[in-house]
Amino acid sequence: MMYHKEKSIQIKSSASALYNNLSVLRIAPRNLTYFSVVHANMVNMVSASWDGLNYSHRQLQSKEPNVTTSSSLIMQAAWCVLPYREILVLTSQKGIQMYESDGSIMVYWHALDTPETPTAQAVFARGIAAVRDKYICVGISSGSVLVFDVPSKGSNITLSEVLEEHKESITDMASECSGSLECIADLVSADDSGNLSVWKSGEDFQLLNKIPGFDMSCSSVKLWKGTVVAGYGTGQIRLYEAITGIIHAEINAHARWIYSLDIAPFSGLVRSAFTCSLPFQIVHMYNECVTDTQICGAKFCDGDGYAFAVTGYDLSEIIRYTQA
Amino acid sequence: MSSRTLPLLFINLGGEMLYILDQRLRAQNIPADKAKKVMNDIITTMFNKKFLEELFKPQELYSKKALRTVFDRLAHASIMRLNQASMDKLYDLMTMAFKYQVLLCPRPKDILLVSFNHMDAIKDFVKETPSILSQVDETYKQLIEMYTPLSSGEFQLIRQTLLIFFQDMHIRVSIFLKDKVQNSNGRFVLPTSGPVPHGTQIPGLIRMFSCSGEEVKKLQFRNGGNYTSALREGSFEMFGERVIKLGTNMYSVSRPVETHLSGTSKNSAQQKSVNTTPNPLAKEELNMLARLMGGLEVQKTSSVDNGFRVNLFATDEEEEEALISRPDEFSYDVINIQATKLSGGCTEQARY
Repeated sequence: MMYHKEKSIQIKSSASALYNNLSVLRIAPRNLTYFSVVHANMVNMVSASWDGLNYSHRQLQSKEPNVTTSSSLIMQAAWCVLPYREILVLTSQKGIQMYESDGSIMVYWHALDTPETPTAQAVFARGIAAVRDKYICVGISSGSVLVFDVPSKGSNITLSEVLEEHKESITDMASECSGSLECIADLVSADDSGNLSVWKSGEDFQLLNKIPGFDMSCSSVKLWKGTVVAGYGTGQIRLYEAITGIIHAEINAHARWIYSLDIAPFSGLVRSAFTCSLPFQIVHMYNECVTDTQICGAKFCDGDGYAFAVTGYDLSEIIRYTQA
Repeated sequence: MSSRTLPLLFINLGGEMLYILDQRLRAQNIPADKAKKVMNDIITTMFNKKFLEELFKPQELYSKKALRTVFDRLAHASIMRLNQASMDKLYDLMTMAFKYQVLLCPRPKDILLVSFNHMDAIKDFVKETPSILSQVDETYKQLIEMYTPLSSGEFQLIRQTLLIFFQDMHIRVSIFLKDKVQNSNGRFVLPTSGPVPHGTQIPGLIRMFSCSGEEVKKLQFRNGGNYTSALREGSFEMFGERVIKLGTNMYSVSRPVETHLSGTSKNSAQQKSVNTTPNPLAKEELNMLARLMGGLEVQKTSSVDNGFRVNLFATDEEEEEALISRPDEFSYDVINIQATKLSGGCTEQARY
């Protein structure tokens, strides 16, 4: 399998060195793809037409309402796809903002408890996942996971539950992305000590399993057909069966900290870049090196993994590859 | 982001400043006793107990403007004077050097080893002055106490905070260009060979396991790089081999320091987009800065004869020319404040 580099998409400012710093939303009915990349206290959004001819840009600042202080640093921006709507979620040092998918209107704001004077423990929200029909889950630096109930339209979003399982900062979260309704596990959350928690969604979320870490941060996680794919600060990727915690595979994938990994749900391609199928076969497919760039975001642009995009620290472009 | 970033930023930038000043003092043939006085005065000011107490408190990073003000004050803590052009160049070199070190660190935790490299060199500068030496030793202890218990994830947060501070800075430094660690577009070269970080395996192996945890298959793949096994881990104690070379002194009398300001229009637009956001809490930042600087006791030049000027350029004409031709987007506006005691707690604010 070979990929070749396509023309990059320019963005208004460079990408910050944050985990999972690229989100992609494919809008098939309008032949458009949205991309978002975080730069300090701003999100760069680009809407790209599939014919490559039209690009439009928007920048969102994390301006919290009712607060006169200047904006805070954004930790992550990601689109959450629910059956009836798509929400753009921004997490920052001050709280969580939710927007309509084009970033035009803010529909919800949740403030974090920030202390009067800074404490040694940083305060921020990080880790975003849309779960089943109506939940958006967001992680917090304390280790809590906030579960928001999202109606099919409007701004009547409510905090429905707080999951207290992790003791370290949440790094990333992922929901089951294969579309299969048979999978019991709906959500996996990861933290700075590499611990993974596996959940079933509902009125009350249920903890199904805890997979212990090995004292190394798990910075990026995905859940596909009941398998957790986790990337660690050691450069290793591990695959576990979510419900049992049984380890299926271990890959010495990279020489540096993994910042982002993604799965193409229809084909089982893992960007970083391995393919996996059941029963377990892992085949290394492809290598690419982006010269002199610290990659901070990597995402497939479609469900089959035909195209993917990456962002890099200090780079003001989204680099794209498609299958040759 | 991380509220524990400022001490590391300050100490590493301070260390780089001392390397550069030491090189310039020797290159300009400043008499040994005067040179030593300058180095001692700056180091004792840097490690002033009250100042460090403020520095080590949990807080957000200062803006570039505020931090430059601190270093301006520090550089003038003795009988040495620097013109604005030289101070600008000094700060450019300091920041690009530390940005390079942060980017190239194999693991986020290795930033602490880089800090110890700077500390080890500073200790060597003052080894003949016991009173200042004890200040430096005290600082080692504070660093060890604060940072050695942190997890890998917390170090990564510190690293990410530092990288936001250094974002979009692409000043070309001739020593880096000559050593081919920086490209002509100002970006650093990231090697895909050499030892992997401590704790990381050489990429290329896939292991598959059965349900009972037994390894059932092993596969190799080519990872595109050329990596070797990790080196042993450096020492995180007051003494010991640090192993990592980042943060050691790269200057010598024979390697002059020059910078080129790479001012492409794209870079300047980006810098503007970050710096021109109005900051309604600038006043609060000034209060914090005043509190911090209250601990920075600046030497009054007792005798005009004793003072001297150091030039970071080869000639006075070059220095003058540099001041006139420095592009606007690279100017550091320095804050003038009185280091008086101000009351009031600090509130959170963003500083970029």
